[in-house]
Amino acid sequence: MNMNRIAAVLKKEFLQMRRDRMTLALIFMIPLVQLILFGYAIQTEVKHIPTVVFDQSLSSSSRDMLASFSTSGYFDVTNSVNSFQAITEEIDSGKAQVGIVFPPDYNHNLEKGITAPVQVIVDASDNMVANQAIAIANSIGLIKSQQVLTQKMQLSGQPPYDIRVRPWYNPDGITAYYMVPAILGIVVTMTMVIITAVAIVRERERGTLEQLIVTPIKPLELMIGKILPYVVLGYLQITVALLVGVLLFKVPIRGSLLQLYLLTLFFITASLGLGLMISNLAKNQMQAFQMSFFVMLPSILLSGFMFPRLAMPKFIYYLSYTLPLTYYLDIIRGIVLKGIGYQYLMGQVTALLVFSIVMLTISTLKFQKKIA
Amino acid sequence: MIKCVGLSKRFGYVQALDEVSLHIAKGDVFGLVGPDGAGKTTFIRTVCGLITPDKGTIWLAGAPPDRPGKTSQNLGYMPQRFSLYGDLTVMENVIFFGSMYGLSKKTIIARAEEILAITGMLDFKKRLADQLSGGMKQKLALTTALITRPEILILDEPTYGVDPESRHEFWKILYSLNQTGITILVSTPYMDEAELCSRVAFINAGQIKAVDSPAGLRQAFGHKLLELRIDSRDPHILNGVPGLLDVSFYGYKYLVVVDDIPTARSDIAFHLARLGISTLHISEAAPTMEDVFVALAEGGTD
Repeated sequence: MNMNRIAAVLKKEFLQMRRDRMTLALIFMIPLVQLILFGYAIQTEVKHIPTVVFDQSLSSSSRDMLASFSTSGYFDVTNSVNSFQAITEEIDSGKAQVGIVFPPDYNHNLEKGITAPVQVIVDASDNMVANQAIAIANSIGLIKSQQVLTQKMQLSGQPPYDIRVRPWYNPDGITAYYMVPAILGIVVTMTMVIITAVAIVRERERGTLEQLIVTPIKPLELMIGKILPYVVLGYLQITVALLVGVLLFKVPIRGSLLQLYLLTLFFITASLGLGLMISNLAKNQMQAFQMSFFVMLPSILLSGFMFPRLAMPKFIYYLSYTLPLTYYLDIIRGIVLKGIGYQYLMGQVTALLVFSIVMLTISTLKFQKKIA
Repeated sequence: MIKCVGLSKRFGYVQALDEVSLHIAKGDVFGLVGPDGAGKTTFIRTVCGLITPDKGTIWLAGAPPDRPGKTSQNLGYMPQRFSLYGDLTVMENVIFFGSMYGLSKKTIIARAEEILAITGMLDFKKRLADQLSGGMKQKLALTTALITRPEILILDEPTYGVDPESRHEFWKILYSLNQTGITILVSTPYMDEAELCSRVAFINAGQIKAVDSPAGLRQAFGHKLLELRIDSRDPHILNGVPGLLDVSFYGYKYLVVVDDIPTARSDIAFHLARLGISTLHISEAAPTMEDVFVALAEGGTD
């Protein structure tokens, strides 16, 4: 190991980075724009679902039930129609996503104490919206039933059960709180993997590697010199992203910032290792890009960023353990939202460490100082 | 300075090097000449330690045969393609590669200015490499290859795609370097450059066909050459004349390869007289490297 050679590579990398203004700008713009875009845009709670009503009962009780739906805030009654066909048209055309149908004998049944059915039609072509609508419709039904029962039976005193839910760490269910740390993870993987992969493949493509290989530089020295600048960049990105999260989205950082920065190092090295691995396999920059995206998509979809991992089939669930982002999401959500420390995150840190060591070892070994 | 014995390298179906044995002596300007795909680049990369040969040994001045990498201080290499950083300036490139060899910045700058002065590049030392002309890029690559003051300089088609004037200038620089005692191994597809070497090896299909000085190669050519200028521009005009081994048409003249000059002369005169074409000029010509090369390349299949 020759420190002077590493220093020379470092200096060269920074010089090139400084001259490539566009890439540099992108490195800072990506976290900024993505955070602002996703932080505001992605709301998993669906409100104001356009709803069409076919009220054949036209009674005070049907109006009362409808009011419960619309006051919940989840359903916006946008239209009232007079036939099943009209409801079908509304939902087919996408003007409404929910249809509520009161049968003619609705009021009559209620008064006689017979179960009064209300039909709720849901457009389930959009899963997220459908699930939400179904859950809320069901609970409105339950609550209303309970009210009627209580009235009828002249009951007083305590209900038999009382379930008190306390949503810890994010009591108001603010989407940004759990999205912002996750986006931070995504942004860092994206830049780290793509930029490292491309940075080395570019040297091969431009032929500079050939000139470099005849010099006495050792593969490890070259790796360190090329990687270190990107570690610095990764930290800069995280700082920008955290600032946006705290200032714009008021995300509370409950744990230790120092620990967050320290544990992030493991994630950055793991992502860089992945980038290096790609650079070893790719013959040109185009291939490096494609391979990076091949890795990025599972990271976004399977790491628990978008969909809960618990809902995944067992095979995919275990597969997601091979993604560095899976562990980092635990780490960053743990520190930022739950305020926990490394003692609860050792498992994740170990996993990232093992991942980094494996990737970096293979890459350094594979990076022979030969062309063929 | 460089000695190779029985070098062989195969890439899939292509035998890039086939039992290549060469000896490059100290002080040589050794030219490696051959058509595209003959194995020039493979040979040079193998000598530089970039490619491991399937078979054979390389001996480089001052190193054991199995560890040519040890000598990289002693060897300056200029690859075929411009392979420096386009987004670094001339000086930054030189400093970067110099420090790879553990040279101090002061030493590098002093040496670089010396070499840049020779190559006439001193005024451009702050220019980005991407903004240099083709000829200047080659000079920069040369400067980088020379920064360790190597005893051996290896250049892979250094003047490929460079304008004639810059090519001429580049060769002048190579000569002055050779004068200071540097041994040069240079590959080239240009015949006129082969003439400039002290020794030339012809390589074709991975095999060395001939090694000699340019004069020696011409002598070994074995055939005679007639230069002919006539009142016709038909490239096939000499078809049917007996005893002609090869006819090349150059727009204003014909070069005819023959074994016996007087017989050929009379045969050609007879042929042209019958066609009613007057002969403007006919004389014996000295074979050029190109003629030698064409003969060797064509004879390469037997």
